[in-house]
Amino acid sequence: MADNSTDDITTATQALKPEKGLLKSVFIFFGGKALRLNNDMGAMAIFFFRSFIMMFRFKAIPDIIQQIYYIGAKSAQIVMLVGFFTGMVLGLQLYFVLVDFGSVGVLGTAIALTLIREMGPVLAAIMITARAGSAMTAEIGIQRISEQIDALSTMRIDPLGYLISPRIAAAIISFPILTAFFDLIGIIGAWVSGCLILGVNSGSYFYRVVSSTQIDDITGGFIKSIVFGLLIITICCFQGYFTHMRTDSFGAKSVSLSTTSAVVISCVMILISDYIVNSFIL
Amino acid sequence: MTIDNEHTEEPTTEEPKTKKSVKKEPIIEFKGVSKSFGDRNILDRIDFTIYKGEVTTLIGLSGTGKSVTLKHIIGMLKPDEGQILFRGKPIDQMKKDEWNEYIGQISYMFQSNALFDSLTVFENVALPLKYTTKLKKKEIAAKAMARIEQTELTEVADKYSSEISGGMQKRVALARALVTDPNIVLFDEPTTGQDPIRKNAILSMVADYQKRFGFTALLISHEIPDVYFISNRILALYDKKIVFEGTPEDFESLDHPFRQELISSLESLGQELTGLYSRRQFKVRYQSDLSQRQTDASYAAAVFTIDELDKIGETLGHDVAQQIIRSLGSYINKHFGAVGGFSSRQTINEYATVLPYSNLEESQRIMEDFTRDFKNHGIEGVKTDIEGENQSKECVEFSVLAGLAQGKPQIEIESVMEFARYNQKELARFTCARGGEEK
Repeated sequence: MADNSTDDITTATQALKPEKGLLKSVFIFFGGKALRLNNDMGAMAIFFFRSFIMMFRFKAIPDIIQQIYYIGAKSAQIVMLVGFFTGMVLGLQLYFVLVDFGSVGVLGTAIALTLIREMGPVLAAIMITARAGSAMTAEIGIQRISEQIDALSTMRIDPLGYLISPRIAAAIISFPILTAFFDLIGIIGAWVSGCLILGVNSGSYFYRVVSSTQIDDITGGFIKSIVFGLLIITICCFQGYFTHMRTDSFGAKSVSLSTTSAVVISCVMILISDYIVNSFIL
Repeated sequence: MTIDNEHTEEPTTEEPKTKKSVKKEPIIEFKGVSKSFGDRNILDRIDFTIYKGEVTTLIGLSGTGKSVTLKHIIGMLKPDEGQILFRGKPIDQMKKDEWNEYIGQISYMFQSNALFDSLTVFENVALPLKYTTKLKKKEIAAKAMARIEQTELTEVADKYSSEISGGMQKRVALARALVTDPNIVLFDEPTTGQDPIRKNAILSMVADYQKRFGFTALLISHEIPDVYFISNRILALYDKKIVFEGTPEDFESLDHPFRQELISSLESLGQELTGLYSRRQFKVRYQSDLSQRQTDASYAAAVFTIDELDKIGETLGHDVAQQIIRSLGSYINKHFGAVGGFSSRQTINEYATVLPYSNLEESQRIMEDFTRDFKNHGIEGVKTDIEGENQSKECVEFSVLAGLAQGKPQIEIESVMEFARYNQKELARFTCARGGEEK
């Protein structure tokens, strides 16, 4: 047992302590962030699982249908518009790469695989985040600060079951469908730029699209879209639901900051999870 | 409406009435409850009891923890110390079924209304029934519409909350709080942001529903002295503690810094609705005026009552009822104030007037003048107010009763008023005209 009363041991003990100042500050900063991130991820996981299990109620069906309309049907236009122009750009860019190798005939293959495996799920998810995800965060955030969520609790209506579960169910249904729209319209967009404008043979293009696309590609794309959908809905709803717990702002400002955070975090998580899912699929 | 002239008689003296006592059952109890938010202590070991079937009003200065207290009952907050008991059982020790049963009996009306702005008025009111009961769609619709009709919101049932006025939003919140027929209703400042007529209309609606449905009500309000008329008990929260728990009458005679701070500032605004003295000011004025009189000097006291005010509220609406109260009060104040008298609203439908320098004979003459004047001008004023507020043009008959009594400075004013109440006769009667549209 150390005798702390002696000066020698006190000096030795002091020598073992890390230096205060910059180094400690750096550790505190990053360590604190890591701990907060860990806490938030845990909270989000609990938030998701509690909402997910409440999805399977007969009474939730009308709310699910309503959310499919808001998330799915109302995002369809923007998804198809972005898909079309993404396809056109891909067609244009890939043509000028392939033409140097004399391989414009494989344009259809390149377009189909690029869109179905990657661009379709990722860009569709990002567009839905921008349109529906931000609206969701704002709506739930305002409901939180105006005590509507508290009112649900006082009426014995579980807020997660009422607000979040229908959105999760709607995401599982809507995201793959919107991704499919994106892919289809993107392929058509690439046909417009590659075939109609740049002169690639249409028959050859569509033959390559059909023959090179495997069921695994489509399944993989849909799995990604479902994963992205669950992530986006969880992140956006979580940010809105806990708006009132922000320490950097209150009221309307906290709603706007939550909305911004939701969109940014969702986009980052789409890209990170894209790699993770790919590593499992491929 | 027409005025029935046959029933105007001068009041005479008779014996006072007696009140029945009711056994009280405690339903919610706070035992040593403390709550802090960070370093800020809001509640410091507060103790109080809410009794079944009573209207209890919690008063206090802004930011002193009244809403925090209410939120503990519904489980939105948990105390740092102490216990909250429901029928003797601590709520933090309840099992899930017991907790669900407890919460199922409580409704909460938020200060900000907390209406769902993406739902219509009807959908807001029907929401608790849709998600917490097994009623069929038609039954839910029938129940929700019944509450909507009771709160006079039929015309806006299909509108969204942002499309209706603040007063209507308050009524939607009230309808939603009552649609599940709760046993306990918590009202968090139900009259905030309302004009004086609406405030009293809302308070009288709360009292009316409480009488009708028999729920226990805990109300947070600043509306002193108006809440005295509807409350069975008052709780005063001051400096993190409950400094008073008792009847409104006992609260009026409380000697505590809280009363000085809160009551004086509120009373200085006067009675917004009628312009009359508060009950406390009335007593103070009575004591100061009569104490200067000789012991054998006499004075007169009159008590005016609007009969069947509940029926007016039900048929014509609470706004019309409040308008009638206002008109009568203003008229009494104007008439008797001019001859040296002073008046006060005593209960939800009753006024008292003291004529300190008139004996019974003189006051009877003053009353005759008042009756004549009231029929010629005052009643027309009330009639105009009724027609102005009564959008549906329905008709209800009601009377204004008046009683007179003589008193001496050494007799308690309450006794004199009791005599006056017992002497009440019909001063004027509003009847519905037969045939035609004129009422």
